Amino acid sequence: MSRLGLRHLGWLLVLALGGCGGEADSAVDRATGQAAGKPAYGDTFIDALTGNISGLIPNVLTDSASFEVGSLIYSGLVTRDKDLNIVGELAESWEFSRNCLDLTFKLRRNVRWHDGRPFTADDVVFTYEAMMNPKTPTAYREDFRAVSTVEAVDPYTLHVRYAKPYAKALQSWATWILPRHVLETYVKEGRLREAPQNRSDPVGTGPYRFKEWKPGEKVVLVANPDYFEGRPYLSRIVYRIIPSQATIFLELKAQGIDSAGPAGLTALQFKRQAEFPAFRKAYNKYQYQDNVYTYLGFNLSDPRFADKRVRQAFAHAINKRELIEGVRLGLGREATGPYKPGTWAYNPNVRTYPYDMAKARELLAAAGWRTKNADGILVKDGQPFEFVLRTNQGNDERRKVAEIIQASLKDLGVKVDIQVIEWASFLKEYIKKRRFEAIILGWGIGLDPDQFEVWHSSKTGPDDLNRIGYANPEADEMLEKGRASCVEAERKKYYDRFQEILAEDEPIVFLYFRDALPVVSSRVRGIAPSPNGIRYNFNEWYVPRPLQRYTAG
Amino acid sequence: MLPYALRRLVLALPLLLGITLISFCLMHLAPGEPTDMGSPDIPTTSDKEMRDRLRQEWGLDKPLHVQYWNWVTRIVQLDFGRSFSPDARPVLQKIRERLPITLLLNLVEMMIIVALAIPIGAVSATRQYSKFDKITTVFVFVGFATPDFWLALMLMILFGVQLGWLPISGLRSPTWEYLSFWRQQWDFFSHLILPIVVATFGGLASFSRYMRQSMLEVVRQDYIQSARAKGLAESVVIGKHALRNALLPIVTILGLSLPGLIGGSVIIESIFAIPGMGQLMVQAVWERDYPVMMGNLVIVSLLTLGANLVADLTYSLVDPRIRVAARRSRR
Repeated sequence: MSRLGLRHLGWLLVLALGGCGGEADSAVDRATGQAAGKPAYGDTFIDALTGNISGLIPNVLTDSASFEVGSLIYSGLVTRDKDLNIVGELAESWEFSRNCLDLTFKLRRNVRWHDGRPFTADDVVFTYEAMMNPKTPTAYREDFRAVSTVEAVDPYTLHVRYAKPYAKALQSWATWILPRHVLETYVKEGRLREAPQNRSDPVGTGPYRFKEWKPGEKVVLVANPDYFEGRPYLSRIVYRIIPSQATIFLELKAQGIDSAGPAGLTALQFKRQAEFPAFRKAYNKYQYQDNVYTYLGFNLSDPRFADKRVRQAFAHAINKRELIEGVRLGLGREATGPYKPGTWAYNPNVRTYPYDMAKARELLAAAGWRTKNADGILVKDGQPFEFVLRTNQGNDERRKVAEIIQASLKDLGVKVDIQVIEWASFLKEYIKKRRFEAIILGWGIGLDPDQFEVWHSSKTGPDDLNRIGYANPEADEMLEKGRASCVEAERKKYYDRFQEILAEDEPIVFLYFRDALPVVSSRVRGIAPSPNGIRYNFNEWYVPRPLQRYTAG
Repeated sequence: MLPYALRRLVLALPLLLGITLISFCLMHLAPGEPTDMGSPDIPTTSDKEMRDRLRQEWGLDKPLHVQYWNWVTRIVQLDFGRSFSPDARPVLQKIRERLPITLLLNLVEMMIIVALAIPIGAVSATRQYSKFDKITTVFVFVGFATPDFWLALMLMILFGVQLGWLPISGLRSPTWEYLSFWRQQWDFFSHLILPIVVATFGGLASFSRYMRQSMLEVVRQDYIQSARAKGLAESVVIGKHALRNALLPIVTILGLSLPGLIGGSVIIESIFAIPGMGQLMVQAVWERDYPVMMGNLVIVSLLTLGANLVADLTYSLVDPRIRVAARRSRR
């Protein structure tokens, strides 16, 4: 998945809760009776991260906490606006040749690195070189494999040539651009992770500059007065690292932090525990559809699950609505495929599997599962239908999903045992070795519909991501065509068909897209919920002068 | 005394080697390698080329005994290596920045426990079945039965949210840099109060029990009887003759809890968001960050062995009989 997708993971807004959504209450400040107040510089925004960041050069990292911090320190050539359109960030404009092979960027001229040096096209070339250097331990090299040359035509013009059309070409240039004058020697020696800038004083072009990082405790950023789009309003950002979700909630109640972090609240906290007047006054709650879906996956090399009627039967036997109600308190949306409703690639006209036990029994019977043994378990060729459903430890939600599915399938006459296993062992012993029967896991999806890595039949090796072993020649073809075009309308055709095939095959049971549930202190203004969530315009957030809480600094 | 200590030190070496060997094997027995972690839900493309390079760089491609040998040869030169996590920082540096806070918390906790547990244990033993003894017994059972995290959350709700007297989590307020010197000290101290109270609570319960038990045994001894018969004041009998002897087993337990001083409690650290050793170690285990795990382990085993030695030496200081016995056996 591209890094742009990661960066925006979790920030797609579907709806703001009525009555407590964003700007609804902020036209008039209730406490002072003053008008909402003009944008003002100053104040500190205290955010919470559940995990320690692992470094300050996100290009070589993979954790979401580091991306969160990194996205304020660095910029890409492009980014996504509130409606998820790709817009220029360090690039002023760009041109794509008709055959999707030549991409020319015009860069902004007024951009300076945090150390004062000017940013030029040469830094972009350097970033490309760094990503392609085999010694650079990055997980995002795949994004640049299709590139044949990158060349700085002049300091503010960049020309990229592709060997073959690549759908994610433009999006891939949202990658964090790194300064050549600071990092060149480390990249050459293949020691980018060991570079001191990965530990302190990173040099970027973003709206915030690094102040300090106390590992496990906090990361502090300060506004960059020379930011090319103007100094951001909030003067200081403190990311406190608080591993426990319960502690984060108590800190919110005591108003020790201004936000529950990008991950937001748990469903229970959001729906029940945060529903009291003082909390609603102090915080605005937001609700988005997150870019993650949860699924019930099958090992398709298992003869029982290779029969699609069995998978379809299971899909009919699971009441998704009830499932979402049970594990997410209703804060999620049924999934019909691997694309999020409301995005351009989403196809609503695919086969669906409404809750229907009779239909499920019928399908199972057609697949040969007719007779039940003394324990009420379906038997075929003398073999009872029982299997182990596995999921990773540390995710209560998935465990609950497994339990509900266990109960649903019991009604069908299928015996399910649940096993919860620590992630590293799960991956190594079961997933990579394909030693599982069924799994409950989730997939994060990017903003681009290309899901070649997850579904293509060539990606079924032990280290690949098509873990269930799905193979359908027509689906393969659609995936190949979809990623080889840079024209959205054309791509949509392929992905629409791809979704139809998936829905018919039902290689996994798509369960639901969960909602992200962030909260932000009500003194912070300028938040404009959009299909791209709330953080896309973080630079424009402000606290009116009379409401500023942390005046020092 | 000195030769004895030296002999113990020499014996400790093979022991230490054995400990590291077993832990090294155990660590590698756990499935999963640092190079193929991936995330449960973010599809990160796996780059075989890069993984092979890292495995080679970290020496994971070699047989296990070679890996262990390489590790030993580096560790005797005090080279703990670099962390496998993406920050690639030296292990010692990572441990050094986590150690002080864990050490501080645990030292204070231990001192409070000892200072309170000894008098509580002694009094409840000398006044067995009195009201005080009964109350402390109840307290002890409550202490044993209360889960750390629950007590922590309750105290946070009461003192942090309801009363607003104490900060809930972390080590310093976000505005710490802007406070005056003395306010900074108070700010830091006030952040430590709740974690220390929670950590002390459970430890106090068990420690005061040990003390009570030990004291009960001592006061039944003949020499206490004779001390009383000599006509010594009860305070002298208990305070001098009984207490000193009752402290002996406590010294052992104290010695054994020394390594715990740097271990850090994962639960308390996570709930109170304290960046200590416990969190470092758990993170390392999750990421299969072998150098950090081994580095941590070497330090803990060194401390355990050292603490055992210190406890034994203290023994002979506290109890003359052991010294005499040791001398006799040598003859």
